[in-house]
Amino acid sequence: MSAPAYRVIVGMEVHLQLKTRTKAFCACRAVYGDEPNVHLCPVCLGLPGALPTLNAEALRLGVRTGLALGCTVAARTKWDRKNYFYPDLPKGYQISQYDRPLCTDGALEIDADDGATKRVRIRRAHLEEDTGKSFHVTGTKHSRIDLNRCGTPLLEIVSEPDLASADEAARYLEELRKVVAYAGTSDGNMQEGNLRCEPNVNLVYPNGDRTPIVEVKNVNSVSNVARAIRFEVERQDLEYRAHGRTLANTPRSTRGFDDATGETVHQRTKESADDYRYFPEPDLPPLDVDRALVEAERATLPELPRARRTRYVAAYGLSAYDAGVLTADVRVATWYEQALVAGASPKGVANWLTGEVFARLNAENRGIEAVPFPPARLGELTALVEGKVVNAQAGKQVLRALWDSGEAPKDIVARLGLAQVSDPGAVRAACETAIAAEPAAAAAVRAGKPEAFGRLMGAAMKALKGKGDPAAVKATLTDLLR
Amino acid sequence: MTAPLDLPVAEMAARVADPRDGLRAADLVEASLRRIAALDGRLHAFLHVDAEGARRAAAELDARVARGEAVGPLAGVPLAVKDNLAVAGLPLTCASKALGGYVPPRDATVVARAKAAGAVVVGKTNLDEFAMGSSTENSAFGATRNPFDLGRVPGGSSGGSAAAVAAGLAPLALGSDTGGSIRQPAALCGIVGHKPTYGRVSRNGLVAFASSLDQVGPFARAADDAAILQRVIEGPDPLDATTRAFPPPAGRPRDLAGLRIGVVEELEVGASGDPEVAAAVTRTRAALVARGAALVPLSVPLMTAGIPVYYVVAPAECSSNLARFDGVRYGARVDAPELDALYARSRDAGFGPEVKRRIVLGTFALSAGYADAYYKRAMSVRGALREALAGAFARCDVLLSATSPIPAFRAGEKAGDPLAMYLCDVLTVTANLAGVPATSLPAGRTRAGLPVGVQLWGPDGSDLELLALAGTVRAATGLAYEAPALAGEVA
Repeated sequence: MSAPAYRVIVGMEVHLQLKTRTKAFCACRAVYGDEPNVHLCPVCLGLPGALPTLNAEALRLGVRTGLALGCTVAARTKWDRKNYFYPDLPKGYQISQYDRPLCTDGALEIDADDGATKRVRIRRAHLEEDTGKSFHVTGTKHSRIDLNRCGTPLLEIVSEPDLASADEAARYLEELRKVVAYAGTSDGNMQEGNLRCEPNVNLVYPNGDRTPIVEVKNVNSVSNVARAIRFEVERQDLEYRAHGRTLANTPRSTRGFDDATGETVHQRTKESADDYRYFPEPDLPPLDVDRALVEAERATLPELPRARRTRYVAAYGLSAYDAGVLTADVRVATWYEQALVAGASPKGVANWLTGEVFARLNAENRGIEAVPFPPARLGELTALVEGKVVNAQAGKQVLRALWDSGEAPKDIVARLGLAQVSDPGAVRAACETAIAAEPAAAAAVRAGKPEAFGRLMGAAMKALKGKGDPAAVKATLTDLLR
Repeated sequence: MTAPLDLPVAEMAARVADPRDGLRAADLVEASLRRIAALDGRLHAFLHVDAEGARRAAAELDARVARGEAVGPLAGVPLAVKDNLAVAGLPLTCASKALGGYVPPRDATVVARAKAAGAVVVGKTNLDEFAMGSSTENSAFGATRNPFDLGRVPGGSSGGSAAAVAAGLAPLALGSDTGGSIRQPAALCGIVGHKPTYGRVSRNGLVAFASSLDQVGPFARAADDAAILQRVIEGPDPLDATTRAFPPPAGRPRDLAGLRIGVVEELEVGASGDPEVAAAVTRTRAALVARGAALVPLSVPLMTAGIPVYYVVAPAECSSNLARFDGVRYGARVDAPELDALYARSRDAGFGPEVKRRIVLGTFALSAGYADAYYKRAMSVRGALREALAGAFARCDVLLSATSPIPAFRAGEKAGDPLAMYLCDVLTVTANLAGVPATSLPAGRTRAGLPVGVQLWGPDGSDLELLALAGTVRAATGLAYEAPALAGEVA
C-alpha cells in the first residue's frame, strides 16, 4: 500500500447546553419544545435597562463539565461581549468569555483509528448564552423568531485539531456525549440541539502544504458529522489538486452541510465577516471561582465511561464489546453495577442483561428504566443459574415471571417447580427412555454419526420436563451409548 | 411665607406624613403640576407629564396617612425622572426616536425605591438623546432652556431634571451621570447634583449609555435634600450585579477644621475657562480655609488624559449597548427588503447625529486591528488614572474644583462643534472613569447672573460624607440655591 496522499486534520467546536432549570442570566425557565416565545423576560428579551445576573447553577455545571474533561478551572474568570447583529440575538451582542475562559487544558480519550488510545486535547471550555432560533419559511416574505432558547447556558468546548478522520471525530462526539451524561451536566442530545458541533477540517500534504480550514455548520447528528467530514476531505483534496489553494493564501471559510445531498455548501468567507469587537462585559464583574465549589464538584464526579469500560474488562473479565455496551449509557452501567450480587459472576450478569433483558427492552422499544424489578433480582437469577439450581432454559422462564411479579427468583423457582434435576438415577432413567424412544438416532450415534446426538438430548430433556442439568444429561447419554 | 413645595424635603415629607398637619401630598402634586403648566412651555424640561398618575399616587398616599399608616422619608414629594429611566406604564424615550413609543413593563430599581419611600413621579424629563451631550440640545423632541436665561442651555445630559428643580417645578429629580451629566447641569442651573460611587446605586431600568461609567443620582436645591433621595435609592440590588454594599459613614460629619482639601493643578480652570468661574472656586476655598481647612496642592498629570480616555471608552460601550435598537422587536422600524437594509434604515431614522457619531467612534475603537491602539490603551490608562486618584486621596480628604469651566452657554453656540461640546466634561469625566463620587453645589453667580458650581470629590464610598460636607460648605460660604426670576411668576 502506498503512503496516504494527505493527512486529515479535524478540530471540533462543540456547543453544549447545560442542564439548568433557568437561563444563564435571568430567571426564565430553560426548556425545549414549548410554544414559541413563552419563556421570556426583560433580560433575555434585551429590553432597555435590563441587566444580566449570573445563574450560579450554570457556573457549577460549567465547572463540573470542565473537570470531567480534565480541565483546569480558572481561579478568576470574566465575561465579554461578542457583538453582532442578528434578529435572534436581541441585545445585539452575546455574553461570552473571550480571553479568560472558565476551563482550559483538558483532554478526552478516544479509540484512535489504529485501535490505540488517543488523547484529544481540549484547548478551552467557556460559558456563554445561547441565541434564539430563526425560522425561514420558504415561499413567504417573513422569518419567524423564537426567543425561548435565548439566554440558555452553553459551554463551548474547543478541541485542538487532534482528530485524524471522520470516524475519530464521530467517536470524539460519542465519548463527549457519554461524559456529560455521566457528569449529569447536559442531556447531550444532538436532535434537540443541546449538543451542537462545528468541525474544522483541513488536509496536510507530505510537501507541507495545508488546505484552507473549513468550518462546517448544520450538522445535527453524529453520523452527519462523519458524512460531512468525509465529503469535505474529498472536496478539499480535489480542490487542492485542481487549484493548489492552501492555508497560506486562502482565508478560512464556513460551509453548511446539506443532509439531503450529503454535501457541504459555501456560506461565507471569514475574512470580512468576523469582527465581533469583543470587550469586557461591563454589566458583570469578573468572577472569582470559589475553590470549595471546584473541589466539591471534583469529589462528586462519578467514574467516567472510559475508565469504567476499562475496569469492566480488567476486573470483571467482560469483552471490550460488552463493556462498551454496558457503559454507553450511564443508567445502564449504574443498573448493571447494582445487579452485581454475591454468587453471581459479573460476566454472567452482563450476559443476562445484554442478552435477555435488552432483547425484551428492544422489543418493547424502551430503556433500562422500564425494567420493573430491582437490579439485584437479575443478579440473584444469574446466581441460581450459575449455581446450577436452574438451567439456562428454566432461567428464562424465571426472568419472564420476574418481569411480571418482581418476586425473588428463588421463590419463583419453588413456585413453578423449575429446580434443575441433577439426580443421577432420574437422569439415567430419562436417558434410557430417550434411547428407547429414538432407536434410529441411538444407532446412528453408536455408528459414529454424532449429528443425531441432539435428538437424543432433546428427548431426554423432554422426559425431565426441561429441567434436567444439561451437562449431566449429556454425560449420561454419552456413557449409555458407548 | 415659603410655599410648601419650596420647603426642605425633610420638612415637606414630615408634614405630609403627619395626619394632624393640613399639608397633603395632593397639595404638593397640584402645586408642582401648576408650576409645570405655567413655566414648562418656556423651559421644556419635561417630555411627559403624568398628571393623572401623580394625582392618583398622591391620593393613595394621603389615604394611607389618613389611615394612620407609616409612610417613607419622601412622603408626597414630587419627583421628576430623567427619561432614560424606566417608570412602568409611562413612555420611555431617551429623547430619541429610536424607542418609538416603547412603554416599559417595570420600574427602574431607583424609581421603585423612590416610590416606596413616598415620592410621587410627576413626569419624565428631557435629556440629550441617550444621555449623549452637555446641553440637552441633542433631544429629538426639542431643547431644554436654562431657567436663569432662556437663551442659554441648562447643561446636560440631564438638563431637563436640572431645569425642573432649578425652576421649582419639582423639589427632587433623578438624573444619570456618565461623564458629568448630573453635575454639569446642576452647576449651570445653580442646584446640587450628586454622582454616586460606581456600584452604589442600581442601574437596573436605566437605559445604558456606557455601562461601566453610568450612575443614577439625585438633583435637589440643597445637599440635605439630595442626601435624602440618595439614601433612598442607594444600596445593593440583586438585579444589578455591579452594585455592592458600602459601610455607613463613621461618626459625626466632618468639621472644616483640619479638613485637607486637595487642589489638583490639572483641574484648575485655565485660560480656556471663564475667569468668573475660577474666581468662584477661589472664593469658596478661601471661605473654607478661613474656617480651618487646609489646602493641599497636588498634581495628577494623568487627569489630562480624562477626555481622550472617556471618548474612547464611553463610545465603545455605547456602540454595543445601542445595538439592541435595531427595529426588530420594539421601537422605530423602517421596513426593507433585506435584513441589513432593515437595520440600516431603522437605525438611520431612529438615531440623531450625535448618537450616530458615538456609535461610529465606538465601533471603530473596538474593531480588529484598532482595539489595541484605542480601547485597550484607553482601559489601561483608565486603570492608571484610578490609581493616581487613589494616591491623591491618600494625601487629602476631598478635592475641590470647578464643575464646569464655563457657566451656561448660549443655545446653539456649541451645537455645530462636537469637540467644544466634549470639552464641557473636562472637569467631570475623571470621577466616572475612576468610579469615585462627586457632588456639585452652588458657588454664586456671575455678574450676568448665571449660576456657577463647584465640585467636591471624595474617595470610593464617601457619598454621604460628601453630601454632608456640601451642606457644611454652604453654611461656610453662605452660597445657596436661589430661585430664578422666572420662578416668581407662579406660587
